[in-house]
Amino acid sequence: MTTTQLPSPGRRLADPAPAAPPSKPRRRPRHIREQISGWGMIAPAAVLLLAFVFLPAILGFGLAFTNARLVSPRPVEFVGADNFARLFADPVFWRSLLNVSYFAVVVVPVQSGLALAMALLINKKFRGVNFFRTIYFLPVVTSMVVVSLLWMFMYRKDGLINELLSAASFGLINGPDWLNDPATAMPAIIALSIWQAAGFHMIIWLAGLQSISGELYEAAQLDGASRWHQFRYVTWPGLTHTRTLVLVTITIQALGLFDQVSVMTQGGPLDSTTTIIYEAVRSGFKQQETSYASAISLVFFVLVLLISAVQRYLTREKD
Amino acid sequence: MKQTLISKGLGNAATTAVRLLFAAVAAFPIVFMMVSSLKPDQQIFGDMSSVAAFLPVGNISLDNYAAVFDRVPAARFLMNSIGISAVTVVLGIFINSLCAFALSRMEVRGKRVVFTAILATLIVPFQTLALPLVWWVNQLPYFELNGFSLEISKGWLDTYQVQIIPFIANAFSIYLFHQYFESIPKELDEAARIDGAGWFTIYRKVVMPLAGPATATVAILTFLPAWNSYLWPLMVVQSEELRPVMIGIQYFFQLNVSWGEVMAYASLITIPVVVLFIAFQRSFINSIASSGVKG
Repeated sequence: MTTTQLPSPGRRLADPAPAAPPSKPRRRPRHIREQISGWGMIAPAAVLLLAFVFLPAILGFGLAFTNARLVSPRPVEFVGADNFARLFADPVFWRSLLNVSYFAVVVVPVQSGLALAMALLINKKFRGVNFFRTIYFLPVVTSMVVVSLLWMFMYRKDGLINELLSAASFGLINGPDWLNDPATAMPAIIALSIWQAAGFHMIIWLAGLQSISGELYEAAQLDGASRWHQFRYVTWPGLTHTRTLVLVTITIQALGLFDQVSVMTQGGPLDSTTTIIYEAVRSGFKQQETSYASAISLVFFVLVLLISAVQRYLTREKD
Repeated sequence: MKQTLISKGLGNAATTAVRLLFAAVAAFPIVFMMVSSLKPDQQIFGDMSSVAAFLPVGNISLDNYAAVFDRVPAARFLMNSIGISAVTVVLGIFINSLCAFALSRMEVRGKRVVFTAILATLIVPFQTLALPLVWWVNQLPYFELNGFSLEISKGWLDTYQVQIIPFIANAFSIYLFHQYFESIPKELDEAARIDGAGWFTIYRKVVMPLAGPATATVAILTFLPAWNSYLWPLMVVQSEELRPVMIGIQYFFQLNVSWGEVMAYASLITIPVVVLFIAFQRSFINSIASSGVKG
């Protein structure tokens, strides 16, 4: 190996010598040792992700075009788009799509709005701010399964919700049997879902609010801007990125609706609360039709991608 | 001036009222749950029409809790969930931070591709993977050391490992550790290398001790879904002795259910998380704030 007279910064070839002088600056040649230990450190996580995310994702894609069953003596056969043809001809699938859309259309604006209101309420430091933050966040750390069980009890005909409604209206409102009425089952699930998850998005809004410089508010106050104007012209534009984030996460959460339905209604009454994921689990797990369930999962995935792409595009346009 | 002071005072009072209203709405179901868990059924329904529904008054006892432990193997479920969550959290922290360490601080060829591939998995929601994953874990071999002979059987369904291993590696945890490691000066590594430290020593003795906040965030974001998991164990666990707490609620889906007992069980599996939340409030809220980035 010859080196030029000039102290050129040109790269040296990777030399397999085990130890370079330790005083060398960072741009030392890449050692085999560093490669080996580096890959050794990456490997456990990489292998697990490969086995439990990449592979099932690819498998899911593939299985959707086969007749695979969870437990079956028959070999798996390719059946083309049969599963999709069956799926798109299934009125329950369309019903589940409709239900999830209904859920999302209500939950996305209401939940993000309430979460923003909560964030604004506790954005400034005041006495007891920690108390309020803790309380607002409490439903989020409560599991959705527990929440569903609890609200199932509260939604009974003689349950707490109806008692509260009756008390608030001086006995005028005689509430329905929320979960057993096709007209009220979905609104009931919507209400408890918003109750549980609003605190989560409150925290995301809060992070966004706290990234807006206080100087902007001071300048606005000097100009005599009212609270509403401050919100409209300082806060709202300052939240552009947070807005996209909140919208995307709420929508994806809404499309994935499952726990509440599984615990409270099992999709009923009359399929009024069934969802895409609930149908996937019902066919894939209860009826062991892995292939059909994979087809539903694939449709769900495409939907999630589509919606987050559209939402990102729309919210970016407004900048 | 006086006018504005008065309106400001009124505004503050109104703000406080709204804050309290939101707090009441957020808290009332949880208060109702915990209070009802202490009452006999008859009294729960009797109290429902008054403010007593939210107060631990009347015939208060822990009878419902005793009955829960009689009726369902609640202790077993709790132990299972504690074990599953603890192992997932500990291994998750170790494996993901190790991977992030190499990706962030070492000159590994191809690490950019690997990191991009890891981040790409974030777009796939778990619900999409769940069903193919059930099929897949049912095909996996299962090695069991029985005395001195190694037994190989097929299928991971109905085991502890099927509730743990798929959830150890997590792209988002790797991302969080990676971001945090980037903020730790690389000169520290150089100094340690001069002292003759190997890469694993640098990871263990230099970088990880400085990564407390990232570790806390990852711990919480791994613990919550592990403790709350429902969809997955519903599909892959059949044996009673392997079930986690959330599946335990199925024991209460009977007709002659005692709601006091249901509320006791619900409180029982909620209280550990609430206690952790109140103890590590700041870390919890930071974790959630950072998990929002995922969207």
